[in-house]
Amino acid sequence: MVRGIRERRKHYVEVIARCDEAGQVTPLAIIWEDGRRFDIDRVLDVRPAASRRVGGQGMRYRVLVQGREKVLFFEGPAWFVEEIVPE
Amino acid sequence: MEEDTQMAACPARGERTILHVDMNCFYAAVECLYHPELAGQPVAVGGHVEDRHGIILAKNQRAKDAGVKTGEALWQARQKCPGLVIIPPDYRLYLRFSRMARELYYGYTDLVEPFGPDEAWLDITGSCHLFADDPVCVAQEISERIKTELGVTVSVGVSWNKIFAKFGSDYEKPDAITCVTRDNYRTLVWDAPVRDLLYVGRATERKLHSVAIFTIGELANASPRLLENLLGKMGLVLQAFANGRDTTPVRPMDPDRVDVEYDIKSIGNGLTAPRDLTSLQDAEVLVYLLAESVAQRLRAHRMRARVVGLGVREGDLTGYTRQMRLPYATNITSEIARHAASLLRENEDFSQGNVIRALHVRASDLVSADEPLQLDLFDDMSSRLQAERLDTAVDTLRHRFGNQVVRRAVEVGDQMSVNDIERDNIVHPVGFFHEGAANALGHVRGRS
Repeated sequence: MVRGIRERRKHYVEVIARCDEAGQVTPLAIIWEDGRRFDIDRVLDVRPAASRRVGGQGMRYRVLVQGREKVLFFEGPAWFVEEIVPE
Repeated sequence: MEEDTQMAACPARGERTILHVDMNCFYAAVECLYHPELAGQPVAVGGHVEDRHGIILAKNQRAKDAGVKTGEALWQARQKCPGLVIIPPDYRLYLRFSRMARELYYGYTDLVEPFGPDEAWLDITGSCHLFADDPVCVAQEISERIKTELGVTVSVGVSWNKIFAKFGSDYEKPDAITCVTRDNYRTLVWDAPVRDLLYVGRATERKLHSVAIFTIGELANASPRLLENLLGKMGLVLQAFANGRDTTPVRPMDPDRVDVEYDIKSIGNGLTAPRDLTSLQDAEVLVYLLAESVAQRLRAHRMRARVVGLGVREGDLTGYTRQMRLPYATNITSEIARHAASLLRENEDFSQGNVIRALHVRASDLVSADEPLQLDLFDDMSSRLQAERLDTAVDTLRHRFGNQVVRRAVEVGDQMSVNDIERDNIVHPVGFFHEGAANALGHVRGRS
């Protein structure tokens, strides 16, 4: 485990997304459970992938949030992130 | 060095190129992906003990190293491996992964033939050059993509025929690529025990051992007459396979109907009863439940069957199958059930204290329901027409309100009748053997 990180958890989140006429989905913002809104500045990459850290498989979006790279998964009808639980 | 041998000139340019992709410890690997907290622990997927399905269905590498075997009872596995984590199966999840893997394969070729939920043959003869010069590079790309996109590992066999491709994927596990070429198969394949060849099971292995054939090479070089005397036509087929003379095509499947074969050979359903069946009346309930599902599926596919078969598994896990040819092709529930029940009556003697653990009803030798029927001058066809109309009406009701909406009186009050066999039916992709044997035999006959 990386120093400073106790564990990573699968955390389902509310996501605001845009679906274009071709059916392509672009996430625009992540709404955290306490109501905070994190706008997604840019989507860097989209591809199917497995999350070995927290367990799951779906469409993986590598996104920039407040200048930091994060991964967001769309698995079935729900979205999840790999939440970092600090030590 | 060995790796170099396995990768050499694989297969030669212009030759048929077949990949066999096998997802390692499939069910267990999917469960481990969804349970990262179990990393490093021995994990197995096991059936429900209360439904008497309490056996190991799949295990991860740690459990395998501890000696846990697929098919053994959960208590046996726990004895061998005290810390074993047993997870109940989630078939919908496994089928989702199976489908995703096949969709990935379709990115490389349209000739994909599933062999169970976790294995598939890919014929990349015509498409390999689009991705790489060397089929091994295509195999590596598929392996990498499965690992990152699905989170499980695969073993890939590369060869010029399906049998050796399958051998290659079994040769080294997990997460490996093995190429069986015309240059290396005499060392790689022929030195292996004869049991490692596809379609050599326990009984065939025993017979081959009895004539001192222990390796695939010995089978390949044995006298054809000896093999034919020992195993019949199958002896020649297996010898052809051992020599790499397998020209069976990879049977393309419809991507939208990946789980169902185009050409249905038979329709059957089986069930392990939640308790031992100790009397004929008891067992007939299950026969009716199974026949109901079989007949319903026959009608859904617009087919009739000319043969009804029954498989019986006894309490001591021994079993037998019996079948009978019908005077008319039929898809009428009551007729299929009646014939299956008569097979049971004729073959099972409950007075000896026999108990039945599981039953299987199968309809085969199928013909289209739209084909005209040869009528009999002296038989009353009107009652059959009535029965057909009744079944159609029941099908319509079940389609609208679910399979439990109309039930037979014989099932009422029995614990087993809560099973919805038709709904829970999963069609597993079939193998190629019915064609493989014919092709290989054709080859053998062509030679002689």
